[in-house]
Amino acid sequence: MPEQNVTVSLKGCLRGAMMCVPVFPGIIALAAVFGTVAAQKGLTFLETVMMNSLVFAGASQFVAMEVYGDPLTLGTLVAMVGVTGAVNMRMLLIGASLRPWLGKVPAYQTYPALYLLTDLNWLLALSEYGKGERDWGIYLGSGVIVWTVWSLAVIPGYFAGSLISDPKAFGLDVVLPAFFAALLVPLWKGKRQTVSWLAAGIVAAGTWYLVGGYWSIFTGALAGAFAGAYLDD
Amino acid sequence: MTDAAFSADRLFVLAVLCMSVVTYALRAGGYWVMGRLPITPRMRRGLEALPGAIIVSTVLPIVLQGGLAVGLCLIVAAAVQVRLRKEYIAVFCAAAVAAGLRATGL
Repeated sequence: MPEQNVTVSLKGCLRGAMMCVPVFPGIIALAAVFGTVAAQKGLTFLETVMMNSLVFAGASQFVAMEVYGDPLTLGTLVAMVGVTGAVNMRMLLIGASLRPWLGKVPAYQTYPALYLLTDLNWLLALSEYGKGERDWGIYLGSGVIVWTVWSLAVIPGYFAGSLISDPKAFGLDVVLPAFFAALLVPLWKGKRQTVSWLAAGIVAAGTWYLVGGYWSIFTGALAGAFAGAYLDD
Repeated sequence: MTDAAFSADRLFVLAVLCMSVVTYALRAGGYWVMGRLPITPRMRRGLEALPGAIIVSTVLPIVLQGGLAVGLCLIVAAAVQVRLRKEYIAVFCAAAVAAGLRATGL
C-alpha cells in the first residue's frame, strides 16, 4: 500500500480542537485545582502562571508543588526538577510512538509542535492515524486548545481558591481517566493487544505497589511494548 | 491585583525554566531518537503496542489508588464506548456514576 502524504490544514486543526471538548471539564478542574494549590503554597500570580503554562505537564506540576517550600533553596530546586523529569519520563515513549506519523513532516514544524505534546493530544492523534487520518492538524489543533484552556483555567483557581470546592463530588476527577479508558477500546484488535496490555498491567501494578509514584507508567509501557514487539504473528 | 502578584522570585523562575527544559527534552527526545534508529518490523510492532500499554499503565494505578468507585466508573466508560463508540457520552456517564457514588458515600 503506498503511503499517503502527511499534510496539515486549518480544518484538521479545528477538528482536533473539537475532539478535546468532552474533556474540557476535566482539564479545567485540574488546572483550577493547581491554581488553588499554588496560591495556598504562597506562589505569586505570575509564578503560578509561568509554571503552569511553561511546564505544561499536569501531574509533574502537582508533584513539584509537593516538594516546593518557601523560601526556595537550591536543593529544593534540584528536587523539583528531578521529580518533574521522573513524572514526565513517559513523554519519551509517547514522542517515540509519534515518529511513524510526524516523521514525514519537516523538523522545523515538528520540534516546536512537540512542545505541546500531552497524553491527550498524543492519544487523539494516534487513534485518528489508526483510522487513516493523515492531517497532523489533529495533533496541532488539539495541542493548542488544551494548552489554551489549561493556561486560562488556572486563573480562577488561583483567585477564587475553592471555586470548585470539591471536584470529586461532581466526578470531575474521573473525566480524564475515563476518556483514556474509552480511547483504549478501539485500540483492541486481538491477541497481540491482550498479551501486551496484560504485560503492561502486571508490571505497572507491581511497580506501583513496590515503588509507588509515577514510575509505573514508564515500566508498564515498556513491558507492554516489548511484549507486543516479541509476539510474532 | 497588586504589584506583588506580578513579581517572581528569581530562583523560582530558574526552577520553572529548568523544569520546562527537562520536560521539553523528554517530549522531543523520544521522537528524536526514533528518527535515528532503523525501524525494523519488530520495532514497528513495539511502537504500535506502545499506546495501549501506556494507557493501561496510566489508568491502572489510578484505579488501584482510587478504589472500587473509580474502577467502576472506568468500566462504565469502557462499556459505553464498546456499545456506542462516542467518547463524550462515555466520559459523561463515568462522571455521572462517580458523582452518584460519592453522593451515596461510597
